[in-house]
Amino acid sequence: MGDVLEPQTFRITRADLVRYAGASGDFNPIHWSERTATGVGLPGVIAHGMFTMALVGRAATAWAGAGDAVKEFSVRFSRPVPVPDTDEGTEVIVTAAVKEVTENGDTRLALTATCNGDKVLSLAQALVGKR
Amino acid sequence: MPLDQTFAGRTWPPTETYLVGREKIREFARAIGATEAEYHDPEAARALGYPDVVAPPTFPVTITMAASRQVINDPTLGLDYTRVVHGDQKFAYTRPMVAGDAVVCVNTVDEITTRGGHWFITVRTEVRTEDGEPVVTAWSKLVQRGEESA
Repeated sequence: MGDVLEPQTFRITRADLVRYAGASGDFNPIHWSERTATGVGLPGVIAHGMFTMALVGRAATAWAGAGDAVKEFSVRFSRPVPVPDTDEGTEVIVTAAVKEVTENGDTRLALTATCNGDKVLSLAQALVGKR
Repeated sequence: MPLDQTFAGRTWPPTETYLVGREKIREFARAIGATEAEYHDPEAARALGYPDVVAPPTFPVTITMAASRQVINDPTLGLDYTRVVHGDQKFAYTRPMVAGDAVVCVNTVDEITTRGGHWFITVRTEVRTEDGEPVVTAWSKLVQRGEESA
């Protein structure tokens, strides 16, 4: 209990959002058009929420040491992740800590994701089994 | 615009079959930077007992998001997609999705609520093979922001 994964830092650039849009089929222009994003009141182009969730999923599978270990996975998107049009883009920092071990030996991980010091997810958790 | 609350509790007919492709899984894994061998290498996946490469946990959204348009694009629902943000996402897996799976999606609206001028709709999408084997269930809660909020 209380086992933690060393915080993982994921860099996100506009190129990553374009690649994710193509791979996922989510072409919502708020994820690539500054004009559209600011037009709907956002600070600028933001990452797909599902891209952030995918990065948190990488932390969960890394914790498990198995890409097929996740049995349940849930998040609430609490703040957007703005991605400036720079070479550096932005950074999302992900942590994972053991919340409980269930009767059948699965582990429930409490997950966090922050960007510029703000929590961008809340209520994020994954149930992972051992291989 | 208010949502039509009679949509809550409704279930739609299964969507057309989606054939999960090996290269699509690899492309998705590359896009999220996931390097686990079982996402890329069929031999590594077979060594774990799968018939082909395994999809990362959030891959099913590429199928369920498209499938849920069956519900959210229905003009009688009244959803203004320009004011929609993704609120919550959940997956419950029976097993990982695997290349070669031929799946259909069954959408149900679990809940429609309103609070503070915002509307919330939760679409549950059950993904199963053509033969009826359950694979994963996805819940997406969408938020239609009120007129006054940024």
